[in-house]
Amino acid sequence: MKIWIAFWNILAKDMRAYYLKPPNISWGIVFPLAWTGMFFIRSGSGLDSIPALLPGVMALSVLFGTTSMLAVTVTFEKKGRSFERLLLAPIPLELLMLAKTAGAILFGVTNAFVPVAMAAVLSDLSGVRWDILLLAIVLIAISSAFLGLFIAVSVSEVFEAQTFSNFFRFPMLFLCGLFFPIAMLPVWLRPVSYVLPLTYGADLLHAAVNRAGKLSVWLDFALLALFCAALFSISLRNVRRKWIA
Amino acid sequence: MIHVSQLTKAFGEVQAVAGVDFDVGKGELFGFLGPNGAGKTTTINMLTGLARPDAGSIRIAGIDCSRHPKGAQHLMGIVPDESNLYPELTGFENLSFCGSLYGMRRGERETRARELLELFGLAGAAGRKFGGYSKGMKRKLTIAAGIIHAPSILFLDEPTTGIDVASARQIRQLIADLNRGGTTIFLTTHYIEEAERLCQRIAFIVKGRIVRINRVEDLLRQVAGRHVVQFAVGQDAQRLCNVAAEAFPSLECNPLANDSLRVTSSEPLRIGPLVRLLEEKGAEVTEARVIRPSLEEVFVEVTGIEVDTMKREKEKAGKGGTA
Repeated sequence: MKIWIAFWNILAKDMRAYYLKPPNISWGIVFPLAWTGMFFIRSGSGLDSIPALLPGVMALSVLFGTTSMLAVTVTFEKKGRSFERLLLAPIPLELLMLAKTAGAILFGVTNAFVPVAMAAVLSDLSGVRWDILLLAIVLIAISSAFLGLFIAVSVSEVFEAQTFSNFFRFPMLFLCGLFFPIAMLPVWLRPVSYVLPLTYGADLLHAAVNRAGKLSVWLDFALLALFCAALFSISLRNVRRKWIA
Repeated sequence: MIHVSQLTKAFGEVQAVAGVDFDVGKGELFGFLGPNGAGKTTTINMLTGLARPDAGSIRIAGIDCSRHPKGAQHLMGIVPDESNLYPELTGFENLSFCGSLYGMRRGERETRARELLELFGLAGAAGRKFGGYSKGMKRKLTIAAGIIHAPSILFLDEPTTGIDVASARQIRQLIADLNRGGTTIFLTTHYIEEAERLCQRIAFIVKGRIVRINRVEDLLRQVAGRHVVQFAVGQDAQRLCNVAAEAFPSLECNPLANDSLRVTSSEPLRIGPLVRLLEEKGAEVTEARVIRPSLEEVFVEVTGIEVDTMKREKEKAGKGGTA
């Protein structure tokens, strides 16, 4: 029970101190809005193109929101040494890291529903499989948060966290089948797509919104869960190796 | 309460802690003294679970912390050498949050936070953000955060460094009161007089090794009956020392780094003839200060390090202060 008091308060503190700050809330709304607008105008095919664009925009909103916030907040706390306070608390490291990532996961999931809300006004979403969509968003948020954690543990400055995040995020824009199929990529580049977790998340979103997934839904879920587990365990190992050396 | 055996830690080629052994009894206020880079903070980090020892064992309240670093953390309060609370939270929120990390329920931790803010004279600043506190206030709140859960062992790393005299005095009083209340305290400091005033037992650590460990009164006994005078001579302390030692063979003279020399005698010292001799030999004696037998003397003798030099090093490292 005591460790859950700590878990909840770490999460609540992060939400209050970082995620629910007005600049971040507005960023969470403006960013998906800008992505949607940009792709909508670029496609030039009117309101009919919204369902086709929605999976990519949702995935990007989660990816960018989650990785940015987590990498920056953890690096900021590490630099100010307040993170040491958490490491010295009598709670298991696994639970501490889950508490730190939970805020980013919630932030990412909320971000994903901004484009969904906009699309619901402009387009017909009655064919969407909400169960798959919701689970896909949660798993994309978890894998992105753990990617943010992996980045935070690898750098020591806040600006490095941003730069290093982009090193992962921008290739994912083109390689994960968000806005055009992986089949359109050069053959030699396709294997890279399949080692990126967002590929499976995007495929799930395409399956949920347009029934246009390329892989089995269960395979996507399994691989995405595997990526989550791998990224979390690598991050934990790095925390132990670098911060409790 | 704390049992440390053959504790060892290296960072690459640098041996930070080299086979350290000591015990701290329940309710004891134990001082850990040494210059910058001696291994004090590394030792605290290993004791508290923030660093892993390369070798050796740590037992705290019977728990094997070398195998289970998190095993005894619920018993510990830790006050690091730099205030590390959350700048964006208020004083009250910081304390309440720190209490929650130890599983304290809201009502319990908020009551305790109010008590501590009152005790530390910070009740008026409870609603202000920590980032806007003065250095002394930050230090006091960091100590309050370290004891929010009423730990049975408190680790204090340089608690009075870099803060004003009044705050430092108040903190020392609080440390003494906590210890009187039964809290075991592990204190690192480079202020020898602070350690002498507060601690029951002291270990001197230099280059990762404990060079002396004893009760304060036993350490002081070693310098009791000595008469020491320190002269500020302006220049050439080594030559002037040789001259003084030649003229007064019963005296022991040591040059110090800051153009001063220290004269020690087993008999009461007559300052006049010494000053005259030094001035005849070209010194400009601007100060003659009688040094009472203190832990500082023991520290200098045991470690070979001048206390003033140690303080300057600390200040150079950006942690200096007026305490």
